[in-house]
Amino acid sequence: MLELRKDLFADERDDNLNVIGKGIQRQDMPGHVTGLTRYFDDHAFDGMLHLKVVRSPHASARIRSIDIAAAARAPGVKRVLRAADVPVNKNTLLSLINFGKDDEPSLAVDQVHYKGEPVVAIIAETEAQALAAKKLVRIDYEPMPAVFDVEEALKPGAPVVNETYPANYFEYHERFDHQKLRFGDVERAFASADMVLEHRYQMSPIEHAPTETNGSIAAPEQNGRFVVHSCAQGLFFALGTAAKIVAVESNRLHFIGGTVGGGFGGKVDSLTEPLAVLGAMVTGRPVRFVLDREEEMLYGSPRGAERIYIKDGLMRDGRIVARQIRSYFDAGAYTRLSSYAAIKCTAHLPGPYWIPNVSSDVHVAYTNRCPSTAMRGFGITAVDFALEVQMDRLAEAAGMDPMEFRILNAYRDGDMKPHRRKASNTALIECVQVAAGKANWPISEQGKRQSSLTGGGAGERAQIPATVLDARGQIGRPDTRQSGPTQTLPAGTSRIAPSKQPVMEGARDGRAAPTQVPRYEPARTATQPLAPAAYAPPPSPYQPVAGRQPPPYQPPPAPPSPAPAPATQTQHGAVRFSSVFGRRR
Amino acid sequence: MAKIPVQFRLNGTDRAAFVDAPETLLNTLRRSLGDFAPKYGCGQGACGVCTVLIDGEPHLSCLTLSVACEGRQVETASGMADGPELHPLQAQFMEHFAAQCGFCTPGMLTAARALLDRNPNPTRDEVIEAISGNICRCTGYEPIVAAILAAAGSPGLRRA
Repeated sequence: MLELRKDLFADERDDNLNVIGKGIQRQDMPGHVTGLTRYFDDHAFDGMLHLKVVRSPHASARIRSIDIAAAARAPGVKRVLRAADVPVNKNTLLSLINFGKDDEPSLAVDQVHYKGEPVVAIIAETEAQALAAKKLVRIDYEPMPAVFDVEEALKPGAPVVNETYPANYFEYHERFDHQKLRFGDVERAFASADMVLEHRYQMSPIEHAPTETNGSIAAPEQNGRFVVHSCAQGLFFALGTAAKIVAVESNRLHFIGGTVGGGFGGKVDSLTEPLAVLGAMVTGRPVRFVLDREEEMLYGSPRGAERIYIKDGLMRDGRIVARQIRSYFDAGAYTRLSSYAAIKCTAHLPGPYWIPNVSSDVHVAYTNRCPSTAMRGFGITAVDFALEVQMDRLAEAAGMDPMEFRILNAYRDGDMKPHRRKASNTALIECVQVAAGKANWPISEQGKRQSSLTGGGAGERAQIPATVLDARGQIGRPDTRQSGPTQTLPAGTSRIAPSKQPVMEGARDGRAAPTQVPRYEPARTATQPLAPAAYAPPPSPYQPVAGRQPPPYQPPPAPPSPAPAPATQTQHGAVRFSSVFGRRR
Repeated sequence: MAKIPVQFRLNGTDRAAFVDAPETLLNTLRRSLGDFAPKYGCGQGACGVCTVLIDGEPHLSCLTLSVACEGRQVETASGMADGPELHPLQAQFMEHFAAQCGFCTPGMLTAARALLDRNPNPTRDEVIEAISGNICRCTGYEPIVAAILAAAGSPGLRRA
């Protein structure tokens, strides 16, 4: 049952909570157990039509011709829709917040980019009639080369997946070809580390497989409005997307939903709403567009697969001194939410650990696979799996207990993160302690005494180190450095001025040049290239005690942790816990 | 295609519908008779969200032809409560938080009801076996099993 550990962080919490820690009946539970809960499909309309789409059997092909004549004459068919019937037939989900370029058609125009891409929509009196008419649509395809591997897709000469992004990578702010993080000098730290471990992690796409498949019902209301019963997880996202694609004012759409038969992220893509609304507009009748189970499994967007390379510099005493990550997020054929996943991934690196030298490059690559989307911590979960497997491997290499190893390397309040923000509200040490206790996993007395609240921000742990730049004065790829860094960002640089020059590395190494690249003055170079700070092991606030295999190297005794700062006036209530409003203290 | 008249008892009430020959009981219940408790999940008999009782036995309504239900007793989750009074299974599902998105719940309740009608005091293994044809993708099986076990043997189990 629910357990609230009041002993942890007790001084930082008001115990005026009326709900947390207590069992409260959910408001939707009576409906669930009586069968009265209404999901999108649990609505009856007289004269409801059924929409089914004809999908591409090819991963990549040019469409030579489409013949809908026989389908349009088939029994019960009211209307057959093609790309030209869609008012705004190009969209990207995040265009609603002005992020990314429209790249995905509702119905394919002259090319298809993944197996299962919708090409033609059929609206008929019954589902059976719509399915029968699907077989009468004649589409002449010319198969084209396809690419299914993220790294292959980024190589020069790879087949272009999506014409909007011809180099097969998402363009951040139309200037940057990936998400980058640089902190300190990983190469230098690797050179001085006792061990360097590198591993490759490959995830698979995962289908959400909700018991309720994606779908919606759109029906004409009076005054030119349309009511839409939708499975959408983001109802207003679906409303805005549908309004854009069918080109109506959003106040003409009346979306009803919020009761979702399992979503897990797979119902944010507005897969059915725009065509259902369009169908209701052109027929004047209610139109139901529901994916069947096969469509849901094969063509409902999955969690994107990620390939992650992690290279760590490890000292014999268990400290991680450098972490370098190269990650490729498989967007499939269109962007949907993958651009956001890479941002989340970068913000999450290097995991909940204080590491003095960090470098990461997270790419969003297009492949001829089903577009991927949100799923339960997308961008985070997969990299966390990779990081934690890597942590176990590092612990083994250092001869340490994996729990103790995590306590040793965990973030503590006040530590500087590679994103140049101070860690706050950290709790990994406490989580490990509680988990070890629940699992009867023995950890040392010293490990049990550690706290996220003490020892953080000591010495180097609070510092922003000198950070290497590439020859152009930008935070470049380490592998483009021939001989040692030529420039560094001085220690303490908290904000890196955005490069005015496009940082499209694809353009440099022969891949297709990006589209619409703004050109400004050359990038600023560091005026006084400081000598890179000599790497010195940080004072560790915690010495691991011997595990089953004691580490051969014992670090010197740590200086006492600085006394906690005197308590300042604290904020009260939820604000103190919020990452939006600020720090815990 | 000529429609075929079908009559059966649905949750204790005589109902009739005109159906197509290949029409499934699931479609007839949802589209003709307005009982939305059984859901469409897969149409292939794999997920169990369409489970109904026919003459007391659990059946997958997405694989059952409506014409085959002539004169039978069909029961769905809609008919479990006695007016405002919940069936013990429903009460225990609420008590144990045995529903998350709720989509599998009507089918789960129906499968569990078939078990308890047959065996009012099942073992944990028998409960697991009874709902093994019902998929909960929110993966809330533990509270569901706990709820069914809690409902087992409760005095209100067999309603008059």
